Amino acid sequence: MKYVDEYRDEAAAARLAAAVRRLVRRPWTLMEICGGQTHTILKTGLEELLPPEINLVHGPGCPVCVTPLALIDKAVAIAARPEVIFCSFGDMLRVPGSSRSLFDAKAAGADVRILYSPLDALRLAKANPTREVVFFAVGFETTAPANAMAVWQAAREGIANFSILVAHVLVPPAIRAILDSPNCRVQAFLAPGHVCTVMGYEDYEAIARDYRVPIVVTGFEPLDLLEGVRMAVAQLESGRAEVENQYARAVRREGNRRAQELIAEVFEISPRSWRGIGEIASSGLRLRERYRAFDAELRFPITGIEAAESEECIAGAVLQGLKRPYECPAFAVRCTPESPLGAPMVSSEGACAAYYRYGRRQ
Amino acid sequence: MAEDSSRAFTWSCPPLFRDSDRILLAHGGGGRLMQQLLEKLFLPAFANDALERRHDGAVVEVGGLRLAFTTDSYVVRPLVFPGGDIGSLAIHGTVNDLAMCGARPLFLSAGFILEEGLPVATLERVVGSMREAALAAGVALVTGDTKVVDKGKGDGIFINTAGIGLVEASQPIGPRQVRPGDAVILSGDLGAHGIAVLSVREGLEFDAPVESDSAPLWAPVQALIQAGVELHCLRDLTRGGLSAALNEIATAAQLAIRIEEAKVPVREAVRGACELLGLDPLYVACEGRFAAFVPGEQAERAVEVLRRFPVSAAAEIAGRVEEAPAGTVILRSRIGANRVLDLLSGEQLPRIC
Repeated sequence: MKYVDEYRDEAAAARLAAAVRRLVRRPWTLMEICGGQTHTILKTGLEELLPPEINLVHGPGCPVCVTPLALIDKAVAIAARPEVIFCSFGDMLRVPGSSRSLFDAKAAGADVRILYSPLDALRLAKANPTREVVFFAVGFETTAPANAMAVWQAAREGIANFSILVAHVLVPPAIRAILDSPNCRVQAFLAPGHVCTVMGYEDYEAIARDYRVPIVVTGFEPLDLLEGVRMAVAQLESGRAEVENQYARAVRREGNRRAQELIAEVFEISPRSWRGIGEIASSGLRLRERYRAFDAELRFPITGIEAAESEECIAGAVLQGLKRPYECPAFAVRCTPESPLGAPMVSSEGACAAYYRYGRRQ
Repeated sequence: MAEDSSRAFTWSCPPLFRDSDRILLAHGGGGRLMQQLLEKLFLPAFANDALERRHDGAVVEVGGLRLAFTTDSYVVRPLVFPGGDIGSLAIHGTVNDLAMCGARPLFLSAGFILEEGLPVATLERVVGSMREAALAAGVALVTGDTKVVDKGKGDGIFINTAGIGLVEASQPIGPRQVRPGDAVILSGDLGAHGIAVLSVREGLEFDAPVESDSAPLWAPVQALIQAGVELHCLRDLTRGGLSAALNEIATAAQLAIRIEEAKVPVREAVRGACELLGLDPLYVACEGRFAAFVPGEQAERAVEVLRRFPVSAAAEIAGRVEEAPAGTVILRSRIGANRVLDLLSGEQLPRIC
């Protein structure tokens, strides 16, 4: 298939892996930020091709995983209201709240629907004027433009029975938080290609400068990742710390300005708490004052949420690349996709789910 | 079996379903939850030899004849999809389960559960395509039943069909017959049925619509038997797709199955749809495809035989069976590295970004 097979070619993969082997002199720890990249690595068995000096650790770029438990509990409570049609990307449905997931709520009778786009939720609101349609606006910068567009259109068309439950998070503050951690062992980053398609990579240049850390904007196919590793290792071995763009077929330095303008029109930067990591300043988005009417948290005040995390789950350490999933004593024993203790075991972008699904037990 | 069947039946302990006290959609999805449902509820409740072989149908001996017996219920939304409808599906699914036992399909029953308000024209269409499919598959529908439920209590039409067939294969067919050195043959390209149904359900449009692969499979299976190919195991790749089929067989046989991703046929439009939706074609359902386990040295001949039939014209040798690691399916990815191909947990869900 065109534009796919070229990036999964066995001979080209072998050439890139050989190039990494020629370059590498010392052990290096690299972090890929995005859960989609983590899954490609595990799904293709890519690490088998890399020399043992290269240690890939997995980053926090799984939007489902970092959505706070309290917010999932709120989502479940809102979904359970009889007037509500609760809409979400499919990924979010299996994630356990304190006691229930959205799937459990659906099985108990809540009207929960999987959609591919927030604009579909807007259509649903128009078609069901007597119901309240709520969309779970989860994601990094990648999904923010579509969510902003849905709210912007709802405001313009006066669709009063539509709202969003906002759980938006931003990548650059998370990278800084990881680098600020005293336990940090990451020496280079593979930055998330899709986020940079929207936002560009000017923000990452400041990080590379401030922390003297190489950052390579990287795509999601196995050859993208191998090339991203090669570029990062070349920087590390030659002592450079720059932002380079492996994913040039999709990403420009300035990103997509129109998408950025739309995000800025509807959202403003706010503190956010990250599941397993804690609150990070200026690391999320919330609706601006003039769009607050579409904020589901204000429309459906839910009280009495007492989010209690599993004491055994080490999701926070996994999301910061401090531990690997199999280093958790509960992994594949008390924590499985059928009965997960934490979100990284259920999300299709979660590192624990990737290790479990693709059989990586050590 | 020597066990006392009158002994009181007790539910397995610890609790049946750790994660939920209700049935979830995934309990019917062909993945791990469904396996749990089978292993913890149904198999212990009805324990007997035929059931425990856990094949697509049961093979029983009656008066010196070996008969294959199977049943399946069909619930599909939409009722009509590109390349078929619930009626043709209800025939193909059941005759294929018989074919996977090496049996010539002979007789079917059909039970209809109709929802009040269903347009008669829809029922006529479905019955018409059942008639055509049964004729093409050479089976007679000899008994049936109809029930109507209140509006809102059904999804238009549910159909159950059961089938009886005469076993023509001289050797037993099933996971326990699989041996190290066997080749894994796929009868054709994967995933078209699942994507055809999904495309209507989700309103996806393709340049050329993907048609379901729903089709009867007895003709190529019979040709393999007549050509003297030793069939160790046959499995149609329905719910849970190739991954579910291979994992069930690897577990039951306590052997390793190695598959080469690059040799698994998937047509372009199906791959494209899967890429777009974040689905893996190895988990997507087919209704006219099967995997055959045959001795390695007979694999080329088996493929030659299969390719004579339109339904299996794209047959490929996609893998082989080894001793270890037992109970595991290993996929060699397109970039030449290996990983485990596991059962799906729950349903495949479209991703966020």
